[in-house]
Amino acid sequence: MAEFTLPANSKVRKGKTFDATADSANKKRFVIYRYDPDSGANPRLDTYELDMDRCGPMVLDALIKIKNEVDASLTFRRSCREGICGSCAMNIDGTNTLACIKAIEDIPGEVKVYPLPHLPVVKDLVSDLANFFAQYASVEPWLKTETPASRDRERLQSKEERTKLDGLYECILCACCSTGCPSYWWNSDRYLGPATLLQAYRWIADSRDEHTGERLDNLEDPFRLYRCHTIMNCTNTCPKGLNPAKAIAEIKKLLITRAT
Amino acid sequence: MLRPPIARVRGLGSAKDGVRQWWAQRVTAVALVPLTLWFIASVLSMVGADYAGVVAWIQSPSVTVLFILFFLALFYHAQLGMQVIIEDYIHTEWLKFTSLIVLSFTTIFLGIVCTFAVLKVSLGS
Ligand code: SF4
Ligand code: SF4
Ligand code: FES
Repeated sequence: MAEFTLPANSKVRKGKTFDATADSANKKRFVIYRYDPDSGANPRLDTYELDMDRCGPMVLDALIKIKNEVDASLTFRRSCREGICGSCAMNIDGTNTLACIKAIEDIPGEVKVYPLPHLPVVKDLVSDLANFFAQYASVEPWLKTETPASRDRERLQSKEERTKLDGLYECILCACCSTGCPSYWWNSDRYLGPATLLQAYRWIADSRDEHTGERLDNLEDPFRLYRCHTIMNCTNTCPKGLNPAKAIAEIKKLLITRAT
Repeated sequence: MLRPPIARVRGLGSAKDGVRQWWAQRVTAVALVPLTLWFIASVLSMVGADYAGVVAWIQSPSVTVLFILFFLALFYHAQLGMQVIIEDYIHTEWLKFTSLIVLSFTTIFLGIVCTFAVLKVSLGS
């Protein structure tokens, strides 16, 4: 059966509280999921009170401040800190998003930070994306052609053809959408999930790609593609404002087109 | 769990199937909109009618045909929908297969029983 509750060793307990505010007038509480696989202990929620007058505006700034000044053991991924690498995806205030572009002041009350939902947790806010990236690799995300490359020019594309990639090429593979999708929670072993399907469509929609049929063959499957039930969580949560649900609908449309 | 993730993802390959089922689910859904409205409206209009009146009504050819269409679309759609739910949530293989078989038997049985009942009333004297 699909699992609706956490296994006993994953139940979240209450953790420590750190007050780093030193009588500040501008406090904010951060409640952060902590899990250390080496300790053998259950995950816990640690609370940190920060002085917002001495903290950057984004949730990632707060995490970095905690790591630098309060608790060096706090573990998370980040790289670009400007919403382009996809490393800092996590669940903030109940929504999957990028910590580096999520403004603290937009969150009323305390800021709850969890790792991306329904993935194995490596440590604290770092989740295991091995399956996610294997799924991405499985759609062979590169240009596949029969026509040999010209020796002296690129493979050309008209402006209109190029426009078809808008809303697709911007995906940074942060996994916010896939890990926000209930279908992906229950069936991520077989369902490719919105991020991978949007990426698959990015190559299907590319006028230069000559393997559209094989790509569709590879997706036409009750689980790989058709577990999408158009719940739209993916589109609601994408921090880049993309629409994976629409890309999935386009794939389904093409499959109907070739079958009828 | 020693299998590399890519081996697990590629798994048994694509079933190259699913588009017909998906399409049938949409088509039956579209068909059921007018059929259901008609069904509710007619049942309401029959409230208070006597037995002979209802039988005479069912015996009219258009009502017989609409009734049969309604039941077939309904149980076909129900089967497709239930199948999706079973596949979503039941991951124990034997239980999944058993549920799918029981589901087919049930919906086909109910579809035939309802069709037969309508025909019996309609074609009976
Ligand atoms: S579609 Fe959006 S949410 Fe999904 S992986 Fe791409 S950027 Fe992230
Ligand atoms: S639209 Fe499809 S992919 Fe997006 S959240 Fe819903 S089921 Fe998942
Ligand atoms: S740190 Fe790169 S997206 Fe947030």
